Amino acid sequence: MKRLGWIVAGLGLAASCLWSPGAAFAASTNVAVAANFTEPAKEIAAAFKAKTGDEAVLSFGASGQFYTQIKQDAPFEILLSADDARPKKLVEDGLGVADSRFTYAVGKLALWSKSADLVKGEETLATASFAKLAIANPAAAPYGAAAIETLKALKLYDPLQSKIVQGENISQTFQFVDTGNAELGFVALSQIAKVSSGSRWLVPQNLYSPMLQDAVLLKKGAGNEAATAFIAFLRGPDARAIIEKYGYAVDGKS
Amino acid sequence: MGGLSGEIWRPVSLTLELAALTTALLLVLGTPIAWWLARSKAWWKEGVATIVALPLVLPPTVLGFYLLVALGPMGPGGLVASLWGARTLAFTFPGLVIGSVLYSTPFVVQPIRNAFEAMGDRPLEVAATLRASPSRAFWTIALPLAMPGFLTGAVLGFAHTVGEFGVVLMIGGSIPGKTKVLSVAIFDYVETSQWREANILAAGMVLFAFVVILSMTLVERRFAREAS
Repeated sequence: MKRLGWIVAGLGLAASCLWSPGAAFAASTNVAVAANFTEPAKEIAAAFKAKTGDEAVLSFGASGQFYTQIKQDAPFEILLSADDARPKKLVEDGLGVADSRFTYAVGKLALWSKSADLVKGEETLATASFAKLAIANPAAAPYGAAAIETLKALKLYDPLQSKIVQGENISQTFQFVDTGNAELGFVALSQIAKVSSGSRWLVPQNLYSPMLQDAVLLKKGAGNEAATAFIAFLRGPDARAIIEKYGYAVDGKS
Repeated sequence: MGGLSGEIWRPVSLTLELAALTTALLLVLGTPIAWWLARSKAWWKEGVATIVALPLVLPPTVLGFYLLVALGPMGPGGLVASLWGARTLAFTFPGLVIGSVLYSTPFVVQPIRNAFEAMGDRPLEVAATLRASPSRAFWTIALPLAMPGFLTGAVLGFAHTVGEFGVVLMIGGSIPGKTKVLSVAIFDYVETSQWREANILAAGMVLFAFVVILSMTLVERRFAREAS
């Protein structure tokens, strides 16, 4: 029992050693990033660090999950949401800085398969020669909601409903298709921007409502210069170039 | 309960089905393993025991990751699924059963092995001198004597399957009525800020866990009293 006490004390000491140098990085900011924006966010954070020396610590997940966590006082200072509703709600909830909200990217939906000749267009969905169609959880992830909208617009939701499997966020959806467990799925165009294999169909924008992806500075980060600097960087030309490279449109108005 | 959809109870019945089937399978598959682990003199048996115990320590994501690959078209699961024209066992109820069996094995095997070991060689030796065949000795002596271990194993296996999250999240695909079990449903409700539904299910789980642990303690105490 005594030995156990020492082990616990040792672990505590080790943990505090690991912890303290972290506190020395004063110029860092915690950013919650919608899963579809994972790849560009990493590149932007690297460019941000190269330019300013500040660190953006990124967490990836579903926007809905982040919203819930932020309402419960999660230590995020910026949210890069996959929609415009949740940042707006955070401002209304008094958790976001009102005039910091802007559209950093407009998302595009793609139907993607690992098989080279499976996805040809909307007729692929109509002929339905597949067992599983992966989408993101439509209640929590805007790309999931857009996928449902698309299926409904094509009047294919009812016949295909039994084939749908849901990832908790768009990353898990991608992974379902990537591992071949689902033959095809609705993913974010950004996720397959650097994938050359397989087959894809860029879903026409008139089939789903525009996916305005808004960023918001949270009140927690309002006093942190690294946080405000990251927001400014995200609006700048360097970040925009990266965002466009991944297949997003950049909202001209912002 | 007005305003709540019937949807909320589907994960409950699905979870109970999954846990019951998993427990039954584990009792059938786990008993010979536990027996062998308790009786064998093979030098490598602790290696096998360690493999059985691995899920106790591994994060569920490790199992979830390997299962996702193994159940899919590139793994053995896809081969099995192709027998009936499917291409993967992921996103199916049988797939969840496979995952749950693997994940809950130690919770069933360990208590049964302990019970077999606690019994010692003596009862079986006595049975042998009375000319009982080994299989008869097993069914009429070893099994009844190890009953407390079976009971503990069954309850733990069942409860642990009910409480499983990581594996089913990774291989399930959250299909209502097929793979959307309780823990995933709670996760979904929290993620979408439906706290009332999340609360009902979560509070139910707390109650369930309390009853399981309390009744196990009481049962164990009773067996201990009977034995002494």
